Amino acid sequence: MNKAEINDQVTSYRRFLWKAVRDATDGSAWFYAWMILLTALALVGLHAWAVQVRDGLAVTGISDHVSWGLYIANFTFMVGLAAGGVMMVIPAYLYHDREMHDLTIVGELLAIAAIVMSICFVVVDMGRPERFWHMFPLVGRFNWPVSMLTWDVLVLNGYLALNLHISGYLLYKRFLGERPSPKWYVPFVYLSIFWAISIHTVTAFLYSGLGGRPLWNTALLAPRFLVTAFIAGPAFIIVLLFILRRFGGVPVALRPVQILVNIVRVTLLINLLMVASELFTELYSGGSHTASGHYLFFGLHGANALVPWIWSAVAMGVISAVMFLRPDVVTKPIWLTVACALAFAGIWIEKGMGLIVPAFIPSTLHEIVEYFPSLMEWQITAGIWAWGMLILTVMLKIALPILRQPHPEPNHAVSRENASVEADLPPSLAHSQR
Amino acid sequence: MIETSEQTNAPEAGGMDRRTALKVLGATLGAAAFSQAIAPLTEWAENMSLDEYLQKHYRELSPVDLAMVMARMEKQTKEQTGVDVHIQDYRPQPGVKFGYALNLSVCVGCRRCAKACHIENNHDRPSGNSYIRVLEMEKGSLDLAKGRVNYDHPVPHPDKFYMPVQCQQCDKPPCVSVCPVEATWKESDGIVVVDYNWCIGCRYCEAACPYHARRFNWTKPQVPAAEINPDQGYLSNRLRPQGVMEKCTFCLHRSRQGKLPACLEACPTGARVFGNLLDPESEIRWVLKNKRVFVLKEDVGTQPSFFYFFDE
Ligand code: SF4
Ligand code: SF4
Repeated sequence: MNKAEINDQVTSYRRFLWKAVRDATDGSAWFYAWMILLTALALVGLHAWAVQVRDGLAVTGISDHVSWGLYIANFTFMVGLAAGGVMMVIPAYLYHDREMHDLTIVGELLAIAAIVMSICFVVVDMGRPERFWHMFPLVGRFNWPVSMLTWDVLVLNGYLALNLHISGYLLYKRFLGERPSPKWYVPFVYLSIFWAISIHTVTAFLYSGLGGRPLWNTALLAPRFLVTAFIAGPAFIIVLLFILRRFGGVPVALRPVQILVNIVRVTLLINLLMVASELFTELYSGGSHTASGHYLFFGLHGANALVPWIWSAVAMGVISAVMFLRPDVVTKPIWLTVACALAFAGIWIEKGMGLIVPAFIPSTLHEIVEYFPSLMEWQITAGIWAWGMLILTVMLKIALPILRQPHPEPNHAVSRENASVEADLPPSLAHSQR
Repeated sequence: MIETSEQTNAPEAGGMDRRTALKVLGATLGAAAFSQAIAPLTEWAENMSLDEYLQKHYRELSPVDLAMVMARMEKQTKEQTGVDVHIQDYRPQPGVKFGYALNLSVCVGCRRCAKACHIENNHDRPSGNSYIRVLEMEKGSLDLAKGRVNYDHPVPHPDKFYMPVQCQQCDKPPCVSVCPVEATWKESDGIVVVDYNWCIGCRYCEAACPYHARRFNWTKPQVPAAEINPDQGYLSNRLRPQGVMEKCTFCLHRSRQGKLPACLEACPTGARVFGNLLDPESEIRWVLKNKRVFVLKEDVGTQPSFFYFFDE
């Protein structure tokens, strides 16, 4: 590559970035309202976090007894969501499903937003966030390979980089109006599929390796993590596709939705089976090793803060599983959205409050100290969610022109109302169909 | 909002400019709100020096560096509390491995050890923190689930026995292996320590410890100036910063000088036996040889250096 070519590349890359900024900040009144709402929430969370850093984690409900709470619960959930985002990729590439192909980018962008959120949740959980550099190689002391947490840091950052590369590359090529060269992204896509499994497995090992916490000390933890990821990710994407169709004029084909629905149908049932077997163990074996599980489902010595949470999660799981069984569910957007929302919320409770918190109750010396998240914790949590949605919205806005292209087989398309949207496409992005 | 929607619907000439103006306005407002939101961070950063921020890991500090660090901390304490404290770096002695044994037949559950720890180690006063928790146990059972820490009646109760629990200085300490930044480690005399200036406050070690032995500084610990213990060890009872982990160190600032831990000295019944496991003549070795000792939660494989026994 000679100098002029490099210059060309740099200029067009700069144009790409500039266009991205413009696309990301232009939109309808709804769009602005949405962005302002998210920004406000994110700022409230940021302020709460600043206060927490100044005054200490005493502003949370976490204690020496329950030393991880809402933050780590959300962290765990986010890792699952990130892994689940890539679910879109598997059918597309493994089965060469063309319709899924374009939509995989939605999954990858979701994965990016979810990883960013998961990293935020780790940072806000730290007592000394400014010492983050202690983890960096060379200047810090990275306790690798002994500490599982260092593995998690590596795989999460690797996953983030992978997904940034894949989606960034695809978008940039589209912007140039060129066909993406498979050798620059297909190997990475395969890698990201395995990587998605690894981020979640390693996160499960974070917990299951701790001998002093019987609730986590089960080989079932990693498989259960994966199954729940395969519920939350696809459920979120299904709803997201409906939103993109409604507000973004993106044509959504039936087939990808059908594939996602099939995945969720199965994983919801597998997960219910796992919950049921856990419940059975609690009921049947008893003893102090099952005290945490007992506390979670039935309460222990009058302490029962988590009981309503977990039973709502179970109820949501059962209801959504039944709703998903309806054969024509794909053609019923509202019904399907409700089912997805229930499944998503159920997993959020189950994997967050239902998995992290009860491991600390009773404590290792069998004291029963309950945990109630403080207002500050909720603010910070909501702030990070808002921040993540902000990132996702902006990224989707940039990707929108690509997503709006009609699909090769028109009879599959659910939505045909994208003609008018196509009209105001910026010329540089309204490239020809190949 | 209404104005914005008009904008979107009517992209007449100059509309772009007004839109850009609105964006700039929005960005300015956002920036102002942002700086307001992070204001507490600025307050907090004012109390931290660059030296403190860039300080290296304890084991990478040269003796000169460490002396400077300790002098800086002494000066800081003087400025903040007016108290002259003396911080020293007590090193493990060769040929020493500490062990602790506790006679459950004579412990009466008075909690004086816990109190002594509270004072000796400059613990946070409002929370009444201590590295020791005394469990009131059901006679005839070692099931921790039947124990209680918050008993509140004259002791000893005839139907109970008492079991103080503190850091067991495990030979296979899970708290050490999980730490992502090596801020906690086991020293050659068996004591597991924390570098309070290196810990990032992730509390993974607290989740990993099977004995509830770790304590986190949820806020800056408060000790009235008159009550500060001025004889301080760098790795033990010096005043801790906010947001870091701490734990029992067998009072290394005492034990490494040949003194006994504060909890042992405070015990009115002589239930506690402390000494060098490598010295065949030590009392702790006598106990291990002649009493039927056991360790807590042997099944989790932590291999404690803390032993319990009964007289009978
Ligand atoms: S008792 Fe807990 S803190 Fe102490 S060495 Fe063992 S695991 Fe670590
Ligand atoms: S809280 Fe501190 S000592 Fe404990 S694991 Fe985290 S960094 Fe290490």
